[in-house]
Amino acid sequence: MTFQEMIQRLESYWSAQGCVLQQPYDMEVGAGTMAPATFLRALGPEPWKVAYVQPSRRPADARYGENPNRVFLHHQYQVILKPSPEDVVERYLGSLTGALGIDPIEHDIRFVEDNWEAPTLGAWGTGWEVWLDGMEITQFTYFQQVGGIDARPVSAEITYGLERLCMYLQDVDNVFDLAWTPEITYGEIQRQFEVEHSKYGFELADVRTLNLLFDTYEAEAKRGLAASVVLPSYDYVLKCSHIFNLLDSRGALGVSERTAFVGRVRALARACAEAYVRKREDLGFPLMAAFGARSLQRRGRGREPEQTHGEEGGGSSE
Amino acid sequence: MSERTAGPRDAVLEVGAEEIPARFLPGALEHIEREGARLLTEERVSFRAARAFGTPRRLVLYVEGVAPVGPALAQEVRGPAYSVAFDAAGKPTRAAEGFARSRGVRVEDLVTREEAKGRFVYAVTREAGRPAKEALGSAFLRLVAGMSFPKSMRWADRDFRFARPIRWILALSGDEVVPLEVDGIKAGRHSSGHRFLTKGALEVARAEDYIEVLRAAYCVVDQRERRMAISRGASDAAKAIGGRVVQDDGLLEELTFLAEHPVALVGRFDPDLLRLPREVIVTPMRDHQRYFPVEDTSGRLMPAFVAVRDGLASHLDAVRRGNERVLAARLEDARFFYEEDTKVPLERYVEHLSGIIFHERLGTMLDKTRRIEALAADVACRLGLSGDARAVVARSAELAKADLVTHMVREFPELQGVMGRYYARLSGESDDVAQAIFEHYLPRFAGDSVPESVPGVVLALADKMDTIAGFFGIGIQPSGSEDPYALRRQVAGIVAILVERRVSMPVSLLASQSASLFADAGALKLPPDEVVEAILDFLRQRLRATLVDRGIQYDLVDAALAAGFDDVPDALRRAEALASASDTEEFRRAVTGYTRASRIAGKEDRGEVDESLFDEPAEYALFAAYRNARERVAVAMERRDYLDAFAAMAALADPIDVFFRDVLVMAEDESRRRNRLALLARVAALAGGIADLSRVVQSEGT
Repeated sequence: MTFQEMIQRLESYWSAQGCVLQQPYDMEVGAGTMAPATFLRALGPEPWKVAYVQPSRRPADARYGENPNRVFLHHQYQVILKPSPEDVVERYLGSLTGALGIDPIEHDIRFVEDNWEAPTLGAWGTGWEVWLDGMEITQFTYFQQVGGIDARPVSAEITYGLERLCMYLQDVDNVFDLAWTPEITYGEIQRQFEVEHSKYGFELADVRTLNLLFDTYEAEAKRGLAASVVLPSYDYVLKCSHIFNLLDSRGALGVSERTAFVGRVRALARACAEAYVRKREDLGFPLMAAFGARSLQRRGRGREPEQTHGEEGGGSSE
Repeated sequence: MSERTAGPRDAVLEVGAEEIPARFLPGALEHIEREGARLLTEERVSFRAARAFGTPRRLVLYVEGVAPVGPALAQEVRGPAYSVAFDAAGKPTRAAEGFARSRGVRVEDLVTREEAKGRFVYAVTREAGRPAKEALGSAFLRLVAGMSFPKSMRWADRDFRFARPIRWILALSGDEVVPLEVDGIKAGRHSSGHRFLTKGALEVARAEDYIEVLRAAYCVVDQRERRMAISRGASDAAKAIGGRVVQDDGLLEELTFLAEHPVALVGRFDPDLLRLPREVIVTPMRDHQRYFPVEDTSGRLMPAFVAVRDGLASHLDAVRRGNERVLAARLEDARFFYEEDTKVPLERYVEHLSGIIFHERLGTMLDKTRRIEALAADVACRLGLSGDARAVVARSAELAKADLVTHMVREFPELQGVMGRYYARLSGESDDVAQAIFEHYLPRFAGDSVPESVPGVVLALADKMDTIAGFFGIGIQPSGSEDPYALRRQVAGIVAILVERRVSMPVSLLASQSASLFADAGALKLPPDEVVEAILDFLRQRLRATLVDRGIQYDLVDAALAAGFDDVPDALRRAEALASASDTEEFRRAVTGYTRASRIAGKEDRGEVDESLFDEPAEYALFAAYRNARERVAVAMERRDYLDAFAAMAALADPIDVFFRDVLVMAEDESRRRNRLALLARVAALAGGIADLSRVVQSEGT
């Protein structure tokens, strides 16, 4: 199974699960969680189901294209199910067995406690890393707080590490040997990107300029928030976050400086979160009835085959 | 219907959840077993035994021998006083009638009880036993609702919290479902077997079948059974390749709670990696992958590991290959870290310690290093170390924390000190320096060994005291269960080192030197005196507990410590001598005498004893005995032979007894009275500097 075929299969699987298939967010992010389709949509009462690939940049993981497992930019497959369905784990496992053809009897699939936390986003959740024969292939999280706001309802977040998963499926030991298509390898497509970004991040990035950019982006985010345009402001928060990562990997931040930067990004993220919820409320929470929300709300708890009668709703307006 | 002459049945509650963190389960099961039994009794279920079982996906309370009907409940409720309930003619008043009605009994059935406060009317009710199903339902519900975990969560649109989302509840009493509902989840007779080896819901007909039905569905419910299976499976697997697993109870427990159907398997790795230090191989294996390392019969690491899968004993090849590949990548990382770390000598890392905060108000690890250097040099000097040893102390103090900024220790913090030792040797430092770097973290936990080398002892004391003085100095002290910086462990470490290595140096000086280093940097929030006092108080408490743990009676410990503990080994020697002296009847009698003497003479200075004022032979005798004893005690104290000092004091048992029998201390004549008090004060002061004998509890029979 090629890299792109694996993505296609996940896309069609999650599409069949009723997810909106969004395209990667068009800005630098460190993880799929940071894209507005997760961070902002997880806020407030509106239901949401989405799946998308998110190229994610981690300057500190850059290795000049020489490490078989670490890269500056890796790909995540991000799924959000809000509220988290009763059978969310089974649905996830369905993607492994059904879509990717992993036979759980021949393999060892485990859920090992891992509680996700993102200090720059004021967010945390509980969940697992999912192991396939001892290798972490997925991060599974129930959001408890996002942007400092309690997640109500709780979203389930499923994040596949696509390179790792594919290395497993293709039985290769080096990420650059992955077959992206039958003819072209991952390395042929990505290596120059890796080499140049490593060189830039570790050697060239101008600290003074980056500091200046951070201040500028931060100011712009604040200006946007003051004028209550949330989404453009959030874009600048993402910019700040990326610049912070660059400064960090450049080794340009002392300890207290680093803490201060994290605090500044978090303050912005929180402000955006709060503004977003207010904005959605003003709009009357337009997605409230989407995704068959009312029929999802109180369905089939417990294993007893008895059905709750046709009563619906009631749970959606709290 | 079920209340025909049925005998006892078993009952079971199973809460099915998504994978519960392994670290939660031991505590949860302990809670379920204890609370379960308590709640069953409280809800008046008659049962033989209650046991808790658990896997990653279920928490189970299994109740054996539940009687169909619980015990009846006889209840007596006190009503009004007799005089209020009955009139003069002995007829019930309206008060009596009202009371009887409120308790649901007839007035004529009220009984009268005679009490200290007078006669009162009682209603005696007898409640029939509750049907098991109903009582079980209440107990089960309360048990589930009352569960708490180290970290709980919400899910979907619910407010209910649990370790992980609850997905089903099974509750059976014999053949019947125990009706109960937790946050909208109704209990039934359906469970779920192993996640991958069975499909769909699993029907359980009778509670008694529960464990076997689950077993048939590849789920071993009893954790003890799984633990045994892993332990045996792992050792068989290792044996098959001529090795043995490195035992690790913590790992075994975690693995027990990570699988419902555990199967052990062996994997291998590149033997070339065995060139790396053992800890560098073992730590990623255990921490990241939960593998048992395998060693040969001579204890050398083999290029193999034992992993535990959750599944069948067949189809192991893919699992093995996957795990081998993951470990290979991990060990490759470890090798990379090791090689990177050793590219420059250890000393080059010291400056980077400025990038690690020790505590925001106490500076960086580089600041801490500088303080340790100063404090350790001071301690070394005070202990009279040779020039060579002082050089070792100075060098190892400088390098002690350097490994914290290496790749390896950043990845595996528990390798601090261990890597420092390896890297120091590779950097051409002496073995003594390398050893002291490793040892300065000792003891790492209760019962761990203390530093062997003298520089290790010095460094360990300096590092630990620096941590304690710093935190105490900014007002952070352990209180109750709150001890976020593990300061108790540091204090315990200091005491363990002083006691076990018999280090004689004034701890007050160690504390005040350390506090003054912080004061110089302007980091103290409290006055240095207060900080030192608080530290000494903490040390005393810890020392007391340590000595009591060594088997010395607590009052003897208190007596010895009351005479000072600045020199800890000396305090220990005094306490031990006191304990052994207390074995003789004569000494115990003497202690009674000393205590009486000191109680009468009090603490004030009574002046000189004037022999010309003696009247009674008992006075002469006691004074003579006292002078002999004083001489001997002085010599014994010089030699720190406290046993001999106590023996000398024991010799006063008879003269004191005779004195108290024959002499009236409170004589009418003031000068005689003062003279006798002066004599008693002398006698009472004999043990000064060794023990405060008034703290010895006078045992029965003396």
